[in-house]
Amino acid sequence: MLVTGKAHKVGAHIDTDAIIPARFLVTTDTKVLGSNCMEGLEPGWVKRVSANDIMVAEENFGCGSSREHAPIAILGAGIPVVVAKSFARIFYRNGFNMGLVLLEVGDDVAKLKDGDKLEVDTEAGVIKNLSTGETIICAKVPAFMQELLDAGGLVPYVKKRLAARQ
Amino acid sequence: MPNTLAEKILQAHTDDDASEAGRIVRCRVSLVLANDITAPLAIKSFRAMGAKRVFDRDRVALVCDHFTPNKDIDSAEQVKVVREFAHEMGVTHYYEGGNVGVEHALLPELGLVGPNDIVVGADSHTCTYGGLGAFATGMGSTDIAGAMALGETWFKVPPTIRVAYEGKLEPFVGGKDLILHLIGKIGVSGALYRALEFHGAVIDALSIEGRMTMANMAIEAGGKVGLFPADEKTLAYCAAAGRTGDKPLKADAGAVYEQDLTLSVAGMQPQVACPHLPDNVRGVDELKGLRVDQAVIGSCTNGRIEDLREAAAILKGRKAHKNVRLIVLPATPKIWRQAMDEGLFSIFLDAGAVVGPPTCGPCLGGHMGILAGGERCIATTNRNFRGRMGSLESEVYLSSPAVAAASAIAGELLHPGKL
Repeated sequence: MLVTGKAHKVGAHIDTDAIIPARFLVTTDTKVLGSNCMEGLEPGWVKRVSANDIMVAEENFGCGSSREHAPIAILGAGIPVVVAKSFARIFYRNGFNMGLVLLEVGDDVAKLKDGDKLEVDTEAGVIKNLSTGETIICAKVPAFMQELLDAGGLVPYVKKRLAARQ
Repeated sequence: MPNTLAEKILQAHTDDDASEAGRIVRCRVSLVLANDITAPLAIKSFRAMGAKRVFDRDRVALVCDHFTPNKDIDSAEQVKVVREFAHEMGVTHYYEGGNVGVEHALLPELGLVGPNDIVVGADSHTCTYGGLGAFATGMGSTDIAGAMALGETWFKVPPTIRVAYEGKLEPFVGGKDLILHLIGKIGVSGALYRALEFHGAVIDALSIEGRMTMANMAIEAGGKVGLFPADEKTLAYCAAAGRTGDKPLKADAGAVYEQDLTLSVAGMQPQVACPHLPDNVRGVDELKGLRVDQAVIGSCTNGRIEDLREAAAILKGRKAHKNVRLIVLPATPKIWRQAMDEGLFSIFLDAGAVVGPPTCGPCLGGHMGILAGGERCIATTNRNFRGRMGSLESEVYLSSPAVAAASAIAGELLHPGKL
């Protein structure tokens, strides 16, 4: 998948209460959750986002609660990719399971500024900063997680395993 | 090859090789958990997976504890989804209403978790059961749906940070202070993707409740699990909860640790985590005089009977400051009754406290104690993220029950020894 969009930069240790505060957890609807994305960081944050924009974060993105509503809210806001210095563990797994692309880039995150235009090749793991001409090559997804991705995500993977047991 | 606690427990539940950090292993799970916020999404994924039944109706726990008693129509609808699913699947351990408690206080008390178990829960504080020697960790709803359907899940074997506490604890210092101190040292991502394993004379002497308080907050350092060896105290606790067949459990001598930390507790003050991250930790004396509007005593971190006794010992014969709302939430119906029978409620009510039902409630800004802009709360909960308990302009300070109680009386942050 090739994603071209504007970078929206957020800070370090962005917790899932910032991504989607608990008061919005009374629904599982993607659109409703999306319309409240990052409401715990800054009210109305989501208004700046256009479809296919990219979130860029510092370290430990998605720390805190295990709520899967967090990656769903980001997807619901129209953001298909999050690039971060590092991700919190539960969020990382959730993102994969929900089909949100997560790219861990370490210190290279400094090469991406708020408002930069980015082009991300999600399969190759290559981020081109069209505003500066710089390119970032991301670390490979762990082999087992790539297997899950190849199966189309955790839902089809479990479906296949259940069918094999019949 | 000698193994860490994490490696040992994972190995006991898998046919793969779990003897080395970084390996991917597929493990059979002992118990799968979800709550009223996370189960509805898990149920959606469960259906999408084409699953028709849960892998074992006795090994799935659905606990409606977050927005209950239902705070509004939407949350009532969510609980209804969970209830109907539980009935359809014949889930044995479904809790709502009079039998519900805060999940991580409830399940240990019911004997549903114990040493050498693997527990996965759609709640980040599932790591609490590490206090009993269980490899217990939080996951998202879809992972939990997979585990509910298959009875297994995958893990990356985590590297382990060994943490030993040495020295003699000062008065009014306990499990909450020990874990806050550690998080303050290593930071909120200090144990990212790692297991924490706790050791030392201080840990040996700590109660099971205190160990669960510590394990509960492993996730606040980014940890996957916070593990304690299972000793005689653990076995006595589990036996009292009706479990049989549990055995002592400890890491092998010579196991390989990524880091080895020894922390001295000598002279350590009660610890407080200041806004807006759990690693912003200071000694309580540094914060003396900071006005508080609310004090919350409860949650999966500190809502157990030992915590309520600790608060009651401070509050006895005293009154909360007139400007402070003091809210006490015993974490389970059993703890509630015990506190009532021990006369703790008289102490709380005489102090001017509200005693509420078992619920996660205010901890996550759900209900029963939401903060307005500019308000400050001292809480025995586990997270002080910006806006966690209400307004984005409010502040949460995290402490032990003793510090929360003393601060409620003083109307400002105060060392319980200085009342």
